[in-house]
Amino acid sequence: MAVVNLTEIVRNRKEFIDEVEKHGGKNVNSCYQCGKCSAGCPVSYAMDYQPRQVMRMVQLGMKDKVLSTSTIWLCAHCMTCTTRCPREVDIAGVMEALRMICRKENRPIRERKVPLFHDLFLDIIRKGGRQHEFQLAARYKIATGNLFQDVDLGRRMFFQGKLRLFGPKVKGAESVRKIFEKCKELEGDVQ
Amino acid sequence: MCWCGSNIASTVDLDRVQKAVEKLTNVVHVEQNKYTCSEPGQAQIVAGIREHNLDRVVVAACSPRMHEKTFQRTVAKAGLNPYLLEIANIREHCSWVHTSVEEATPKAIDLLRAAVAKVIRNTPLTTSTIPVEKRALVIGGGIAGIQAALDIADAGHQVVLVEKEPTIGGRMAQLDKTFPTLDCSACILTPKMVDAAQHPKIRLLTYAEIEEVGGYIGNFEVTIRKKARSVNEDVCTGCGICWSKCPSKAPNEFDCGLGERKAIYIPFPQAVPNKPVIDRENCRYFTKGKCGVCKKVCPAGAVDFEQEDELLRERFGAIVVATGYELFDHSVYGEYGYGKYPDVITGLEFERLINASGPTGGKLKRPSDGKIPKTVVFVKCVGSRDEAKGFPYCSRTCCMYTAKQAILLREKMPEAEAYVFYMDVRTPGKGYEEFYTRATEEFGVNYLRGRVARIYPKGDQLVVRGEDTLVGAQVEIEADLVVLATAMVARRDAAELAQRIGFSYDQYHFFTEAHPKLRPVETNTAGVFLAGACQGPKDIPDTVAQASAAAVKVAMLFSRDELETNPMVATVDEGTCSGCEWCKPTCPYGAIDIKTIEERVGKRTVSRRVATVNTGLCQGCGACTVACRSGAMNLKGFTNEQILAEVEAICL
Repeated sequence: MAVVNLTEIVRNRKEFIDEVEKHGGKNVNSCYQCGKCSAGCPVSYAMDYQPRQVMRMVQLGMKDKVLSTSTIWLCAHCMTCTTRCPREVDIAGVMEALRMICRKENRPIRERKVPLFHDLFLDIIRKGGRQHEFQLAARYKIATGNLFQDVDLGRRMFFQGKLRLFGPKVKGAESVRKIFEKCKELEGDVQ
Repeated sequence: MCWCGSNIASTVDLDRVQKAVEKLTNVVHVEQNKYTCSEPGQAQIVAGIREHNLDRVVVAACSPRMHEKTFQRTVAKAGLNPYLLEIANIREHCSWVHTSVEEATPKAIDLLRAAVAKVIRNTPLTTSTIPVEKRALVIGGGIAGIQAALDIADAGHQVVLVEKEPTIGGRMAQLDKTFPTLDCSACILTPKMVDAAQHPKIRLLTYAEIEEVGGYIGNFEVTIRKKARSVNEDVCTGCGICWSKCPSKAPNEFDCGLGERKAIYIPFPQAVPNKPVIDRENCRYFTKGKCGVCKKVCPAGAVDFEQEDELLRERFGAIVVATGYELFDHSVYGEYGYGKYPDVITGLEFERLINASGPTGGKLKRPSDGKIPKTVVFVKCVGSRDEAKGFPYCSRTCCMYTAKQAILLREKMPEAEAYVFYMDVRTPGKGYEEFYTRATEEFGVNYLRGRVARIYPKGDQLVVRGEDTLVGAQVEIEADLVVLATAMVARRDAAELAQRIGFSYDQYHFFTEAHPKLRPVETNTAGVFLAGACQGPKDIPDTVAQASAAAVKVAMLFSRDELETNPMVATVDEGTCSGCEWCKPTCPYGAIDIKTIEERVGKRTVSRRVATVNTGLCQGCGACTVACRSGAMNLKGFTNEQILAEVEAICL
């Protein structure tokens, strides 16, 4: 592993931590590296760095490094870590904040499929007012090129009535669209 | 005016202050020193008083908490009453909290002006004396209380040692071995227990609790409730026939409920006094009205079902509080099974399970099925260093006792594997680090750095999931037994006891020492001292050291026949007191009483109720002077007139 020169990084860390906390990551500096978050994390096996290591990188201000990890995208936001943290650090919130910063700054994304899924998910709600699973699956499969993955599962779900071909009719679709517009007005468009 | 080296002089322009102060009315002479507290500095004050015939002195220097006594003695040397001195605190209140000379200098002038305004209204005050009752009360019969009692008694003073359990010995009696020497806990404790019982100057009151505490340093009046033992201690020989024949059983508290005892019992074989007690809640005679076997078999006729609680009123000159600690209840940890898995135990339960006098006779068997464990996982910092579910503080002893327990396990059962989940290993004691090193190197205990996230059952085992943060990977251990190093916490009734005696405690209900560094065994209530874990988590060596320190403080107090009282106490102007009694509940020390006076109004004599202050109890806090509606209550040395003069000097 390459040597990390902390001189400049640490000097600017307050700015970065403030940014993370502004985006909803609470008590970053309280983390004392006990590892309880990582020990209980259901997705930890797939991550390149443990959630605990992500917390440390944020504390030190290693912005470039932490925003290029797969961990921040793989976090499923199940909140197990946040619930168990003895220092009341909102670890899942920090992951969320890091994702937001990454997208706002148009940085390269390590796990591209994750934001793709999020975007499609939100796009369907924005346009139709409610989620439409068949459309989501179809668009996601086309976009990723994995056309035949999960076909068997899809077939079974279809016959059990879990996947409908046509989207639901929604009365308040217009109101939902307004919510999206308001969010865009307040937060800016991150997509 | 003191420079305090550069502490004051670098932030306050003292020449400018001198020019301003010299102009004040009543100021005759001003001078500066580099160090006023030095001998030449003090000599200068004495010379100044003599040369200029001064009758009041203001020293502008550090906080009065540092050197007020010093300068009071200095002015007394020149023949002035020591209370004709005032300190203007231009260090803590001025130079240390400001960085700019332009801000600090005018503030120093203000502080001096206020001090001058006050000092000219100071009156000479004299101390009086109160007698000292040379008997000490020690509350709590653990190792802290025993050590304190022995030391006070060896200094030649009478001691009453009160313990609420039926025996003295406390937590230390429950332990198996002690770190870092691995000597048997009972072997080093029981001689002290016997010494305490046999010492001619110590009176043991076991199965007794403090009911009420009144009075003040040198003269405490204490009511002790001696709970009904249902056994006449003077007659009982401790032969043990009663508890061997008793048909009722109950969980043994001494074994953390892991074993059973009879309804008439002694907690453990070396109990002192070796006299049983009847647990009335579980006794067949008391619950069903039938039985009485113990009474029938007792050859001495000591069993007395009619015995009642007894209230003893005693006088003491000093109190040592040594009430110890409790263990954190880990049932708040859902991820560790809410305290419901029988094979997830506490460190203290582990001690009982490996102790020869414990429920398994010293053979480590797990509580659920009595199986001999092959894999034991120790988890540190459960409830400690966890503000989310427990307490933010470190319990100080767990690192060492966990290392000890892991060593004992490997020593007794080399085929068993020991794992310790830790966040840090803290070993700041003599021989402690070496002991921990032995655990890893000599005994092959597996230390894993990380906090455990979850414990869950799998078959008849428990899976412990944590992260080894040094590897950066999740790890799992299939354990037969899990030992949690639960935090040391204050006793449930600690706050209540502190309120009853009248001293302070912190947010975790540990008792507060008067100063964290320089007065570690005193409370802020004169005559009440602390020993052991009731003041904060502590191991045995520190507890014993603190107990001996508290004993010395008591002996110091008893080396005098009389005590000088603080003359800065409240006083009542009976002429203006309206007898509203508003001051009485305000006083935190119970120093105010109401008396009836007779006075002549015209031709008649009428009686009237007025407040009166017990100067022995009054600590001079001034709360009553604020509460007083008629302005009749005044604090000597801090009269309303003096305080208002200070306010005026600053504001006008």
